[in-house]
Amino acid sequence: MTAAPDDCLARNEWICGAYLSSRRGILLDAVVQHLQLTALSVLIGLLIAVPLAVLARRWGWAAGPVLALTTILYTIPSLAMFSLLLPLYGLSATLVVAGLVLYSLTLLVRNLLAGLRAVPEETRQAARGLGYGPIRLLLTVELPLALPAAMAGLRIATVSAVSLVTVGAIVGYGGLGNLVYAGMNTYFKAQVLTASVLCVLIAVAADLLLLGVQRLITPWTRAARG
Amino acid sequence: MSTLTATWDWLADPAHWSGDNGVWHRLLQHLLLTVVCLVLSCLIALPVALVLGHLGRGGALAVNISNVGRAVPTFAVLVLLLLTPVGNWGEGPTVVALVLFAVPPLLTNAYVGMREVDRGVVQAARGMGMTGRQLMFHVELPLSLPLLMNGVRIAAVQLVATATIAALAGGGGLGRIITAGFNLASTPQVVAGALLVAVFALLVEGGFEIAERLGPAWARGGR
Repeated sequence: MTAAPDDCLARNEWICGAYLSSRRGILLDAVVQHLQLTALSVLIGLLIAVPLAVLARRWGWAAGPVLALTTILYTIPSLAMFSLLLPLYGLSATLVVAGLVLYSLTLLVRNLLAGLRAVPEETRQAARGLGYGPIRLLLTVELPLALPAAMAGLRIATVSAVSLVTVGAIVGYGGLGNLVYAGMNTYFKAQVLTASVLCVLIAVAADLLLLGVQRLITPWTRAARG
Repeated sequence: MSTLTATWDWLADPAHWSGDNGVWHRLLQHLLLTVVCLVLSCLIALPVALVLGHLGRGGALAVNISNVGRAVPTFAVLVLLLLTPVGNWGEGPTVVALVLFAVPPLLTNAYVGMREVDRGVVQAARGMGMTGRQLMFHVELPLSLPLLMNGVRIAAVQLVATATIAALAGGGGLGRIITAGFNLASTPQVVAGALLVAVFALLVEGGFEIAERLGPAWARGGR
């Protein structure tokens, strides 16, 4: 019989280097799943939000219902949202993505619409005077001017999605949330702390990345402020 | 469609509404948890925000704290607290985690509300010889009420939502109906629990909406 090793894993310490080195594969898989779920849901959310916001801008009557519907969706607690979608998607990654898409819609549509509405009427008229058709006006004038507000919404939606993915642990697709959930059931302190910290780091990194992208694609906002 | 009828059957069964695991008991737990945490977080956040807003200090902290709050997963904090000594105090971890999550929106909204009071009004009040205390309670606080109440409403809805996640970590409340449903592999129960939580959250949101409409005209937000 061999004696139990006396390392930080055996003592169940919060911070444990041995955990990091021995479970590198598990951690990496969880991070990859976390990133995939987040990226996929925010991208799909964006693909749905842009046409919705443009339609709501074009036809004023559509703005009320679109905003009301997305707000109601946002009020539904995440655990409930995943559960309500259960009959549709079963226990799958699609379920988590679908739930997160519905959440990101609220933030994205709201910010996109605010950005489109903030385009000055004079700018629009000047573009029309130059012979811009409605589509060219939208693509080359309105959407670029709405970018700062849209990017702000995208950043909030992404950070929220990173943190909400963890709730997906209830159906087994929660990225780092799976490790937190498993760690809770086995009182594995190092695993819970490491997964939580990684989750916050991903959120911060994603936010900084999008901030960088925003600075790159909207150089005029910096010039105007400075 | 069969899921819908099965869910309806689950909800229509009186046996599911009574007892310690019944809907009424869980609903009461949920309501109690939400109210206690909302009161606690208001007691912590509002005085700090009002004083900071009145003095015009610590703005960066007050505004950024809600961004930080968004990045930290509620569920992870709950589990972390559960594994610390706090975990032995029964509902302790849930209350602490919920308060931690309700404080940021309260703080940010109340602070922004205080700072957005028309500077001309503040200067006029000073010119009339109001003391700092009078200024804060008779001028700035009433004028910042719409934004402050908006923060309370966001916090309340967020608390209802987060109290659901508490069930994942063994806390009480309506979320337990959902997690129990998952453990029993009973989709109707899961959907019924989710419906109850969603309706509860929407009722809280609607309640605040009505309170805002019925409130005095000057306290209405210009949203």
